[in-house]
Formats: sequence, structure tokens, C-alpha cells
Amino acid sequence: MLKLIASRLATAVPSLIGVVIVTFLLTRVLPGDTAAYFAGPAATPQAIAEIRAKLGLDKSMPEQFVDYVSALAKGDLGSSLSTGQPVITEIATRLPASAELTLAGLILALVIAIPFGIAAAVKQGSWVDHSCRIITTAGVSLPVFFTGLLLVYVFYFKLGWAPAPLGRLDAFATAPPDITGFYLIDSLLAGDLETFRASLAQLVIPALTLAIFALAPIARMTRASMLSVLSSEFVRTARAAGLTPYKVIIVYAFRNAMLPVITTLGMVFSFLLGANVLVEKVFAWPGIGSYAVEALITSDFAPVQGFVLAMAILYVLLNLLIDIAYGIIDPRARAEA
Amino acid sequence: MNRREFLQTASATAVASGTAVTAPAVFSSAQAQARNETLLIVSESGPNNLDIQGVGTNVPGYEASWNCYDRLITHPMKTVNGTPYYDKDKFEGQLAEDMNVGDMSVTFKLKSNAKFQDGTPVTAKDVKWSLDRAVTVGGFPTFQMKAGSLEKAEQFVVVDDRTVRVDFIRKDRLTIPDLAVIVPSIYNSELVKKNATAQDPWGLEYTKQNTVGSGPYKVVKWTPGTEVVYERNDNWVGGVPKMKRIIWRMVPSSGNRRALLERGDADISYDLPNKDFVELKESGKLSIISTPYSNGLQYMGMNVTKPPFDNPKVRLAMAYAMPYQKIMDAVLFGLSKPMFGAPADAKTEVAWPQPTKYVTDLAKAKALLAEAGYPNGFETDVSFDLGFAGVNEPLCVLVQENLAQIGIKTTINKIPGANWRTELNKKTMPMFTNVFSGWLDYPEYFFFWCYHGANSVFNTMSYQSKAMDTFIDGARAAAANGDKAAYDTDIKGMVDLAFADVPRIPLFQPYVNVAMQKNITGYEYWFHRRLNYATLQKS
Repeated sequence: MLKLIASRLATAVPSLIGVVIVTFLLTRVLPGDTAAYFAGPAATPQAIAEIRAKLGLDKSMPEQFVDYVSALAKGDLGSSLSTGQPVITEIATRLPASAELTLAGLILALVIAIPFGIAAAVKQGSWVDHSCRIITTAGVSLPVFFTGLLLVYVFYFKLGWAPAPLGRLDAFATAPPDITGFYLIDSLLAGDLETFRASLAQLVIPALTLAIFALAPIARMTRASMLSVLSSEFVRTARAAGLTPYKVIIVYAFRNAMLPVITTLGMVFSFLLGANVLVEKVFAWPGIGSYAVEALITSDFAPVQGFVLAMAILYVLLNLLIDIAYGIIDPRARAEA
Repeated sequence: MNRREFLQTASATAVASGTAVTAPAVFSSAQAQARNETLLIVSESGPNNLDIQGVGTNVPGYEASWNCYDRLITHPMKTVNGTPYYDKDKFEGQLAEDMNVGDMSVTFKLKSNAKFQDGTPVTAKDVKWSLDRAVTVGGFPTFQMKAGSLEKAEQFVVVDDRTVRVDFIRKDRLTIPDLAVIVPSIYNSELVKKNATAQDPWGLEYTKQNTVGSGPYKVVKWTPGTEVVYERNDNWVGGVPKMKRIIWRMVPSSGNRRALLERGDADISYDLPNKDFVELKESGKLSIISTPYSNGLQYMGMNVTKPPFDNPKVRLAMAYAMPYQKIMDAVLFGLSKPMFGAPADAKTEVAWPQPTKYVTDLAKAKALLAEAGYPNGFETDVSFDLGFAGVNEPLCVLVQENLAQIGIKTTINKIPGANWRTELNKKTMPMFTNVFSGWLDYPEYFFFWCYHGANSVFNTMSYQSKAMDTFIDGARAAAANGDKAAYDTDIKGMVDLAFADVPRIPLFQPYVNVAMQKNITGYEYWFHRRLNYATLQKS
């Protein structure tokens, strides 16, 4: 197992180096002049030149790259100009916010989509199957910002059930002590049920928005993979042997149908991180996606580079996790590795 | 269980669940108290720096600076259309108790009870250090100081512990007003020096995160892009501010900002689309205050160095081709002051901005184009800043429609906010719409930046005219010497010339719109157009 992890990590190194180079180059060819933007509306060309020199943007491209890489080696990702903070601390505080939201959305989607997919496969062609198709198609066709705004309109503005869409906590509540950065976990660890309830309430609608979007691939994949497993011989044998439907479907069929679902999960998780950008905007969620977009709009290089790098590392870890999960579920995958 | 018992339990459950439902809304008394003493502001974006003298501080950052620092002098209030409005012609001491204007200098005596938020008294040394810093750090603050002929550290002289003198390098009417803008804030110099480094002698990194002034509020928590939390300074020299805490939350979606206001969860917001403001005004649930930008205009500019706009007749044709009223109705929903269609016999005033006499007259525009040698029109681009697409995009589409009717084919060129300034600086866009507004509300200030041959960034048209330069320089000299007759002649001259030559077509004077709950009072309009927290209160 350790050998597997080590070899996987080793293959990730070249791609990380590639990411560093490509993001550096991409941010430099972006149109827009950082210095002009930050010089303010009343800047003279001379004021812009002063700012350019202060930001080190007057150096040649290779010099800037050397500066960037040597800082990176020291763990310094630079400072964001638009928020004025070091990128590394920004990512460290914002990544848990995004991760909490994405995971909540994913778990919610799993809880709904997997039973739905299984039911649709077992009762193929029934009303369950059709409603599964309709709901997942609708979920994936609605843009997330639209679902988000719609949910806010209905549950906050009209019905008043949901709290104000003001980010992770109500403006008057205080954040729990920072341990994991996940408010739900931190508030429980601190034994603060009031904050737990408050942050859970803030999380429900945005997580639901993401979940609606993620339903389709998971449910469809579960259904398809269950269908192929259910038609295989060992299931027929199990049925013939008179095992209970529960045992046949969940223990035998579902376990075998899980592999493609796990693969899809990895993909769903990564595109949820992308969809996050819009959801974070709608719900004023202080996550990493909205941070990266802001930075792009203002041609703020450091956060964009930091964001892409953080994402690249996250993907590497995610793929590693999926590989390990494969090994646990299916012994054959372990042997092949 | 018989029927009676069932009904009893049912109603008891209903009552219980009823209370359970309302329970979360009733805050514990401590929390309700906190809510009463706290003001919740929501806006699209927040500060990137708490210090206006920092590198690249954005406009929301000005708000933090304004409310956490004091300046030597400030403006008293007057009332304009029922709204308290800063009186640009009058000054009152903020840190200074006395201002003595001499021929070539001005002397300030500091208030003896003025203290920084850490309790140390404000001294003449702090004032000199802060003003030195403003003229030395470069970038926007230094530029702004220059606008008032405040250019060198030698101009600021410590007379004694409580007295400072500012020497003039030339007579300039804008020197005193320039000391009342946000930039010449007074910093706790000892505290900043303690946190300064060799690479950063002015402690810009420290003041980026920490407010070290004597102002009415201090920032106690700042999460960039998320929120700013202020607490009041009980020992403020201007009295105790009304609100104990101010929470400023960034809510990027304008729809949600409106929902928060309408549900009563947020107290104030000031950057909603015009359409929302109009609808909120009609609904009557909130109080909405609209005030025109002081010394500000949205215009359509033309590059006068290149054909076809180097021909004055073509520019005149464009001035008659603008869909003025349609822009007012369909883009701004009436929330702006028209800057066109003055009566034919109206006299030019000594004021800025003032409306032109142009109206939409496509027949005349077509005739003028033919005269200019373009009977069949031409092709051109019209550019705008995507950062303000809410107004700019529909505006440009309306212009495009009108120009098509006189044979001019236009392509709309959308430029992202980050690029806009670079593009303006290049001065190559043939036609563009933009807003300019000056903190210092004097016509010659506006004209100096926008029309003078010195060709500043804001002379976006690259307009060059000897006559115009003479008027502008003349007006500045006349203002410095107090020669009212010459001043009035020069201002009228520059306005008439700007309207006759039309390198840029004034369209409208935008409004600052603020929406707040009915129980919020004390809003004041300031030249910087941001909120002044000290006077806001909640009943």
C-alpha cells in the first residue's frame, strides 16, 4: 500500500512542475495591467510606473519567474493585491470553507442519488425510474447560480425558513475556535451547539444547490452500473439460491457496482469545486472559488497561481484517495498496482 | 383518546410548535441589544487595504480610512434637497481647533483633547510625519496632494508641540480643500514607526492591516472579501459616535443584497442596480436617498486626434445623435440628472456640471455628417468598462441604434474592468463612455484634468486647444488671487468652448443611491460618496 502511494505521488511531481510553469505563463499573458488597475482612478503614468516598480512587474519575465519559484520554494506564494493578504493564509482559511460546502453538497447528493439510482435500476421502467430520469436531467440542466437564487428567493425571501444568505455564519454570531476550519466540526469540538446549529442552517441551502447539480451523474452512474451487475450470473445465482432481495441487491450487487460510482465521485467532486465559484458568489460564501475569480478579474497574479497550484495538489490527493478506495473495494486493483 | 382529548393535545401541540417556530426569531435579550447597537452594511466589494496611503488601495478602502482617521480640518454640513450635504466652501477643525490662513502659509493649532485610539495625544510631530508620508509614498496619495500644490515635505513645519504650519509653494485655491480630503489623514507616528521595517520605512504593511488613527471607529476584525467589523472610539474628539459596532459584509449578488434589505436583515446598502432602487422607492418599505455625484459626469468621449472625430462637424453630429432621453428612461430609470436639452436662451453659468443645449435630432445630425464629408456615414467602435456594465452596456446599445439610423456602423467593444485603465491610458479608443468625478468640487479642477493640453489620463479625448488652456490657467490664477470677475469670465469661456467643440458629449450626472431601513437616520453626502459612520444611528 505504501509503495502504491509513493509511486502515485512520484508520478504527480512532473505534472505539478508543469502546473507551476503554465500558470505563471498564463497569468502573464492575461490582458490587463495590474499596475494601472491598482494605481487607482486618478493615476498619472508616473504613478503607475512607481507602482509597477514596487510590485516588481518592471523586471523581465525570466527574472519574475526566478523570483516566483524561489519564493515558492520557501513556501511563500506571494501576496494578493486585491485583499492585501499573503496568498498562503488566504488559501488556508478559504479552502476549508469551500471544502465544507462541497463535501456537504456531495454527501447530500450521495444520500439522495444512490438509493434513487439503485431503486431505478431494480425497478427499471417503473415510475421511480422515470422520475429519477426527470429529476436528474432537470438538476443538471439548471445552472447552479439560478438554482441558488431560486432557493434563496423561495426559502429565504418568501418563506423565511432559511437564514439570510450571508456566508458561513450570521453577521451577529461568532466563529468557533479554528481547529479544522470546518465550522460544523469545530463548533462540535468546542461543544458550542448554538454555533453548530447556526452554521448548519447557513450551510443547508448552498449545499442543496450543489447537491441538485451533482445528483445526475451519481444517480445515472449508479443506475447503469447496477443494471449491468444485476444482469450478471452471480446475481442470478444468488437469487436462485433464495437469498433475500436485500442481500442480493445491497451486499452482492451494489458492492460490485460501486467501482464506477467511486470513479464518478472523483470527477463529481472536482467539478463541484468548479460549480462552487458561482454558488459562493450567490451565497457570499468566503470560499476559494470566489477568491480566485476576484483575483482573475483584477489581474492579481499571485492568488491565481496559488489557487491553481492548490487545486492541482488537491486533485493529486483526490486521485490517490480514489486509487486507495479502489484497492479496498476490489482486491484485483490492489494486485495490478 | 377521545375526541376532546385529541383536540386539546392537538391545540397544545400547535401552540408549542407555534412558539418553536417563532423562537429562533426572538433573540436572547443580549443579542437583541447587540443588534440595536450594531449597524449591518452590505455591499458588493470590500477594501483591499485599510490605509488610503497604501499601494493600490481600492475605493472601498477609502471608506475604512475615512472613518478610522481624522484630518486637520473637515467640512461642516448644509442641507441640499433635504439631505445633509458637505459644504465645500466652509471648513471646521477636526483635529485642529484653530486655522489661521496667512498670505503664503496656513497655521493649525491642535485640539488639546485630541487623542489617538491607544490613548497617546495627537501632536504636531504626528501631523508632520503623516503629511510627509502622504507627499512621499508615491502613487495615488502623492498625486492627490499635488492637486492642492502640496508637494514637498519641507512645506510642513512643526512650530511647537501643538502647532503646525503648512507653507504654500504657490498660491492655489485648492490647497486648503485638499487638506480636508481623505488622503491627509493623521497617523499615530510613534506606533507606525515601531512597526516599520528597513524596506518599508513608512510602515505601509502595518497600516494596511491596522487602523492607527484618532477617528470615530477602529477596525477590530477584517476578513478580506468577507467582512470588516468596526468598533467605536468612545474618546473621539468629535463626540461619542452613535453606533457601537458596524459590521460591513460583502454580498456579491445584488439580488441578495436587495432581499436582505427587504427582509430587514441588513440596514444599509448603496450599490444596487438603478432598477432596484426605483422599485424599492416605489414600494416605500425603505428610505432611499439619491444625490447627484458632486463634480461628476458620464460622457461619450471621442478621440480627436484621428479621423473621423478630428472633424468638429462630425463631433457636433454625434452630439445631436445621442439618445439622451432614452438613456434617462431605459437605462437609468430616471435616477440621474440630465445634462442635455438646456433651453436655447439659457445663459452659461459659473458652475459645473451644467447641461448642454444638445437634444436628439437625427435629421440635423445627418445633415452635419454630410457637410463634414460623410454622407454615407462610417464605421467605428464604441468601448465601455465592463465593471459598470449595468449602465454602460444598455447605454452603448442605445447609442449604436441611433448611430445606425444616420449611417454610422458601430461595434461595441466591452473591456474588462482590469483593462479599462490601461486602455484609457493608451488613448487610442475612437469612442467610449466613462464617468469622471472630482473630489474637489471646482469647475477648473474638472477642466484641468479632462480638457487641459497637459493631457492627463482623463483628457481621454487627447483634446488640445490653446484657447482652452488659457481659460483653465486663467481661472486657476484668478481663483488663487480672488479675482472673481476674471474667474467668472474664464469659467464661462471654458464651458462654452467645451460645448462648442464637443470633444466629449456630456450625458448625465449620476446619482449616489443609498437604501436603508426606515429606522436608520443620519446619512450624510460626502465628496468621496462613501458612508460617514459617525453620524449614522438606529432607533
